[in-house]
Formats: sequence, structure tokens, C-alpha cells
Amino acid sequence: MSGIWVVVEERDGRVSRNSWEAVAAGQKLAALTGQAANAVVIGAQTEPLAAEVAAKALAKVVRIEHSLLAAYTADGFTLALQQFIEAEKPYYVVFPHTYQVRDYAPKLAARLGQVLIGDVTAFAEGPTFVRQLMQGRLNGSYRHSGNGPCFVSVQAGAFRADEAQAGTAAISTFAPTIDPAQIRTKPSERFRGAAQTVDLGAAQLIVGVGRGIKDPANIPIAQELATALGAELGASRPICDNGWLPMERQIGSSGQTISPKLYLAVGISGAIQHLVGIKGSQCVVAINKDPDAPIFEVADYGIVGDLMEVVPALTEAVKAAKQ
Amino acid sequence: MKIIVAIKQVPERDAQVRIDAAGKWIEESGLQYALNESDAYALEEALQLKEKHGGEVVVLTAGPERVGPTIREALAKGADRAIHIDCADLGSRDALGVAKLLAAAVKPENPDLILTGLQSDDLGQGQTGVIVAELLGLPHSSLILHVEKTDTGLTVKRELEEGWFQTIELPLPAVLTIQSGGNKLRYATLMGIKRAKTKEVRTVTATELAVDSAPVAILERVVLPQKQKSTQILPGNPKEAAAALVEKLKFEARVL
Repeated sequence: MSGIWVVVEERDGRVSRNSWEAVAAGQKLAALTGQAANAVVIGAQTEPLAAEVAAKALAKVVRIEHSLLAAYTADGFTLALQQFIEAEKPYYVVFPHTYQVRDYAPKLAARLGQVLIGDVTAFAEGPTFVRQLMQGRLNGSYRHSGNGPCFVSVQAGAFRADEAQAGTAAISTFAPTIDPAQIRTKPSERFRGAAQTVDLGAAQLIVGVGRGIKDPANIPIAQELATALGAELGASRPICDNGWLPMERQIGSSGQTISPKLYLAVGISGAIQHLVGIKGSQCVVAINKDPDAPIFEVADYGIVGDLMEVVPALTEAVKAAKQ
Repeated sequence: MKIIVAIKQVPERDAQVRIDAAGKWIEESGLQYALNESDAYALEEALQLKEKHGGEVVVLTAGPERVGPTIREALAKGADRAIHIDCADLGSRDALGVAKLLAAAVKPENPDLILTGLQSDDLGQGQTGVIVAELLGLPHSSLILHVEKTDTGLTVKRELEEGWFQTIELPLPAVLTIQSGGNKLRYATLMGIKRAKTKEVRTVTATELAVDSAPVAILERVVLPQKQKSTQILPGNPKEAAAALVEKLKFEARVL
């Protein structure tokens, strides 16, 4: 067994941002374990992607290439990586924790008698791997046991893409054996949902509403604060799931990513999926009745209290300050 | 269509969680438990498919005796019967270990479709359904918002990141992990609650399923997260706190 292999994904023909973060994580793990960091790219035409990755400080970049890997399928990617891993026998396989990885990495690990340690936010000596529990209220430290490869995926934003060190890697090709009948699912091209008419990504001031609002009849309280501030109204997933605000106002990994000057989180506990979407905010304010809510871990200012009282008071204070 | 829905009982969302004395898990005494949110959506999808196409909905869960009320809740909402894998050491098994238990219980049932939520609200690993599919040799798709039965199998709508979606066709039998928000959840009716009391709940033990339990991924320690920022908590009554916050945002953070 030898080496660390980072599985790189593409987005619009380029190496995705999350993948650069995974490369940086792989290099960190290499420093921690003394193993060499390498990378694989997977697809039907991987030459440009491999060239892009090979400009980083990695020992090898391998193109896992097959015509049946043109579109992602769990069956195809699992088979291809299974064959590669059985041939290469790595100590560690590092993925970006994307929706695609969540779809096949647990299957791949299980096929090899292993378990993915997913959504990891940090590594420590051992190595041990830290991931969040209880919706971000606690951290768990995990260790891999046994002799097989250790599979790890890293949370978006946990490692910095710009810390992926530059260098030169040797490129080679690996040709897996895949029979068309082994691919059981047929994916379509990806498509957008309803037309995005609200661009929260560009908004400078955003008020986000979460479960703490309790009832759709209370939404106007948050709307009045947004209006007083001249802010856009956004929401966490459960609010949109319930249809209290339209899906296009959803902030988080499945919705929009925001980077405003001010993000005011009202009744939002701060689940991982939401926090990923607000990482770019310059100043975060949290209003929540639970002082232990994870949102306070990322907030610059906080008010612990009943939002039904705090938000109207804040609306008045904002109006008064503007006069 | 015979559908198995794998559900999990998790600590209630607003529960105050404390780390246990050994620092290995949370203190479970005194905790309130509830049905995992995305599992509730998986159950809803199963009930709607049954209403459209007929068949049977069987709920499957692993856990200690306290999962009883969660099973009854699923039966009250309309599931036909339940299988309870009686297992007190769920927390010491990893995702593969739990999936092995579920797969062993599913196998003799030969269902057409297995649904589960995309992830649990306590461990948040999001792996169980995908691994069950692998163990049973079935195709799967994850993060599903909409399911349609076709002549040859299923057409499903899969959620991707940042507002993108994808349609996937797959044959039956299959496993789907369901994302929240695809359907509106139903409440149990009084009649449903009454009926649930007479529905079959079959209990099997982890030992009877003959599944090994040694974990590959071991949770060694549970700790409180370190704060990424030092949060200034503004004290006082709502009016005072609000006024202080506006001052801070104007003159300290300079974002207003």
C-alpha cells in the first residue's frame, strides 16, 4: 500500500473549486502522514483537466478514462475507481464532499469493505478526522481502523483552494474495464429549476429567516426588518420546503451562496448546509433563543432572545437610526 | 408496489445535547426523540406511491426499545406494518455496520423499492441508503425530490448543488434516498392513530440477523466545537439589545 489519492471533479470543463480544496487537504494529509499526494481525474476526455491538476505539487496525476464515464453515474464511477484502487492500493483516498461524491463514495467504500469518513472539517495527528455531529452542535473525532484504504471527503470551505501548492506532476492513463450493462441508471443533462429572479449572491444586505419563525404568519416581521434595512429576504431550507418563502430565496448548499456586507440570521440554528452558503458574509448577526445554536459560532454579533420581540425592536431601531 | 421505508429515530431538533461522561457520545437520558426529518419525507413519498399504484408500505428501523413511538407514528400516518431491528448498540456501529443490519432485514422481504431519508439529523453521514443498495446489489439514486413510476422502472428528479437538478431513469428494484421538501408531509389522523395500534410490528434482534458489528470508522471522541469567531452578545431587553446592535453595525462593523 502507498500514497494518498485525491479524486478531482470538474465543473464546466475546469477543476472545481471544491476539488482544489481537496487537493490542498490531500497535501496537508501528506505532510501529516509522510505519504505522497497524487490525484485522479475521471471521465471520457480528461486531458485538459489532468493538465490543470498536474500544475500542483503532486507526485502523479492519473487519467481514469473510458467512454462510459462521459456522464457521471454511480455505477460507472464506482467500478472505475474500484479497479484503480485495487491496482494502486492507496492508504488514503480524499474526495471533495460534493453531492456527486455523496452519491457514490459510500458505495465504493462499502464494496471494498470500508466506510467513508465524510464531510471532514479538519485533520489531526494520528491521523484523526473531525466531522460535525448533531447539526453542527458537536464535533466528532474519527479514526480509521483495519488494513484497507481510508476514504475521506472534505467539507466545502474547510480547506483553502489557494493553499493547494504548485508543482509538476507526471501524467499517466488508467483504462478501467466497464461493460455498458453494468451501468443501470440513465442520467439526463442537468437543468435549472424555476427561473432565478432573485440574485441573493449580489445582495449587500440580507435578512435570513429560519425555523425559529415558527409560523408563515410571522414572516412579515422579518420582511419589515428587511424593508427597513433595504435588504433582501432569504431563508434556510426548511422555510422553503414548507413553502413559506419561494425556493429561489433559499440560502445554503442546495440554494444560493451569498457574500453580503451584512447577513442577519433570524431564528436560524445554523445547520452545516446553511453555514456553507453564508461563509462569504463580511458581518454575521444572529438572533436566536438558543444560546448554544451553532449560528453563534460564526456570528460577529448576537442577540439571545425571542425573535418575536427582538426583530420588531430592531426594525424600530433601524428606522430611528435612518431618520 | 412493495415499498420498504428505512427510518431513524433521532434526538429532537431543539433538544439540549450534552456530551456523555466518557466523551464518546451524547448523554441520552432525558432526551426527547423524534422521526428524522428526511425520513419523514421518504415515508410520505412511499405513502403517495402506494396511493397511486397500490401495494404495501413497510417501515423498517433499527434501535433500542425507545423507537416504539416513532414506529407507531409511521404506522399512524399510513404504513401497513413495521420491522423493528432491536439493537442497543446502534451508536457503536458505523454506517456500513448499520446498513448491513438493514440489508439483512430487507432481503427476505424482496421489495420493489427501498426509500430512506438522505441523511440523519444526528450523525449526518448520509450514507445508509447508498450502502444498503450496494449490499443488496441494487441500483440507487440519492437526493431525490420527485419519483414517477414508468413501464420500465422509475424516473426520478435528483437535486444537484446551487439550484440545479437532473432527471434519472432507473430500473426496479432500486433504492432512493429522499431529500426533504419534495412533498407536503401529512399528519396522522385520529383514525390512523387508532388503526396503528393493531398493525403488525415484527421485532428481530441484531444477533438473529447475524451481522458483524466491528466498525471500520471509529468515533473516538465528541467535543464542543471551537468558535470560529468571538461573538459579541448584546445584553439587555429587546429594545436595548436592538439599539446596541444598530450602534455596533453602524460605527464598529460599518455595514449600515
